[in-house]
Amino acid sequence: MDVSRTDVQRSEYCVIACAEAWRDAGEILASPMGLIPSVGARLARLTFAPDLLLTDGEAMIVRPDGTPEGWLPYRQHLALVSGGRRHVMMGASQIDRYGNQNISCIGDWARPTRQLLGVRGAPINTLNNPTSYWIPRHSPRVFVEKVDMVCGVGYDRVAEHPGTGRFHRIPRVVSDLGVFDFATPDRSMRLASLHPGVSVERVREATGFALTVSDEVPYTREPTEEELRLIREVIDPADTRFREVSS
Amino acid sequence: MTDKTMTADEVVSRLTSGMTLGIGGWGSRRKPLSLVRALLRSDIDDLTLVSYGGPDVGMLVAAGRVRKLVAAFVTLDSVPLEPHYRAARERGAFELMEVDEGMFMWGLRAAANRLPFLPVRAGIGSDVMRVNSGLRTVTSPYEDGETFVAMPALRLDAALVHVNRADRLGNGQYLGPDPYFDDLFCEAADAAYVSCERIVDTAELTKEAPPQSLLVKRLSVAGVVEAPGGAHFTSCAPDYGRDEDFQRLYATTPWAEFSERFLAGDEQAYGSAVRNWQEEQG
Repeated sequence: MDVSRTDVQRSEYCVIACAEAWRDAGEILASPMGLIPSVGARLARLTFAPDLLLTDGEAMIVRPDGTPEGWLPYRQHLALVSGGRRHVMMGASQIDRYGNQNISCIGDWARPTRQLLGVRGAPINTLNNPTSYWIPRHSPRVFVEKVDMVCGVGYDRVAEHPGTGRFHRIPRVVSDLGVFDFATPDRSMRLASLHPGVSVERVREATGFALTVSDEVPYTREPTEEELRLIREVIDPADTRFREVSS
Repeated sequence: MTDKTMTADEVVSRLTSGMTLGIGGWGSRRKPLSLVRALLRSDIDDLTLVSYGGPDVGMLVAAGRVRKLVAAFVTLDSVPLEPHYRAARERGAFELMEVDEGMFMWGLRAAANRLPFLPVRAGIGSDVMRVNSGLRTVTSPYEDGETFVAMPALRLDAALVHVNRADRLGNGQYLGPDPYFDDLFCEAADAAYVSCERIVDTAELTKEAPPQSLLVKRLSVAGVVEAPGGAHFTSCAPDYGRDEDFQRLYATTPWAEFSERFLAGDEQAYGSAVRNWQEEQG
């Protein structure tokens, strides 16, 4: 009946799943890191979250068409983080069941086997504004029992610091297989939705710790026709989303 | 009025081994690389570097000049992982104080304000506290009783920054979209050295740019160097963008080879070597 919907690509479900992170966020800054989160944030801004603020990746706050509407150099960006009017979606080289995230290094910190980016802003992000994560290749190497260096703070760690941790929140983790949250009694990771075409078994195999999985896991919602048009023709006509998720 | 103009080599002659050196810019953006290249021509080593790290850090650690680094990241932006930094870190070539981007900023602010520390809601719960055993916390004396990291002042013996324009007295101006933290680096340092694309008369500074572009005040500056292309190969908007081709070469060439071809001579020789390479590329 609807031809365009029968060929929704996995990367497009990922865009929808990322965009949903900013639903009902109100008038705050969306800070997507990565290609698909960026497409998702712009989709949210153009549809159900019209009050969102977006940056050009440098120092300007811009409308979806690129028109500048504000100035946000790094010094102000860091102040805005502490002020909390922001929801960032970061990457993760490793993430554990409580949402502790690592982007610093692999192996022993004192002499790493693989030096990565460094902690960057993960500690300040996670203690001050909602922080979600985007993982384009879900594997047991990323979803690990224990991260080598805690950069972004997870729920078990922050529970030890109730006062300082009062603004901590990890709304969701999106991967190429599904959406995850921490809506469990002990705030450990739960499978919130599967992208169509993915089985629970596949997710379990790709995850290095025991996930909470309910009896009936929903599928990530379908994009509307208008959303698909916006993704394909307006926001990402160069198909950058396929560089992160190939289908 | 003191004319503070000097050459990059004169700046380096005022630096000594063992110093704590702050370097402005951010990642691969507006890095004072002509001053770094001059530093590499000297035999100064045993440095403590404080930087929002880019190729400045990569080159100095590759050359074995660094005893300790204070950083939240080291990146070439378009090349996410700085390969020379990465190699040096994986062979344990230097000591690292790894802190969050916000903690770093508050450390500079504390130094600029002559405070021993400033409280920051960052670091608590993360392994930044594990890998920096010297970091302390502070509890709010008010009724909230919240605990913060007491980020120690990042006081600098010297700072190196690169801006678009400056006058001979040390008033520095940025014309790009982001000041980064160059003013803070200068204020946190006992002596700050500013290189610039062009030295102009003081009156020229505000002829075509607004007063808020005057980022660095002369009272915090000890020396001014005119260095056209001084940020190359990092970006220096709006004067020039990042030289992505050359950065890729830097990122994929063994350090010894890169250093021998491009850094063996002075700044003029560097320019010629870069142009020769560009001509070879067609």
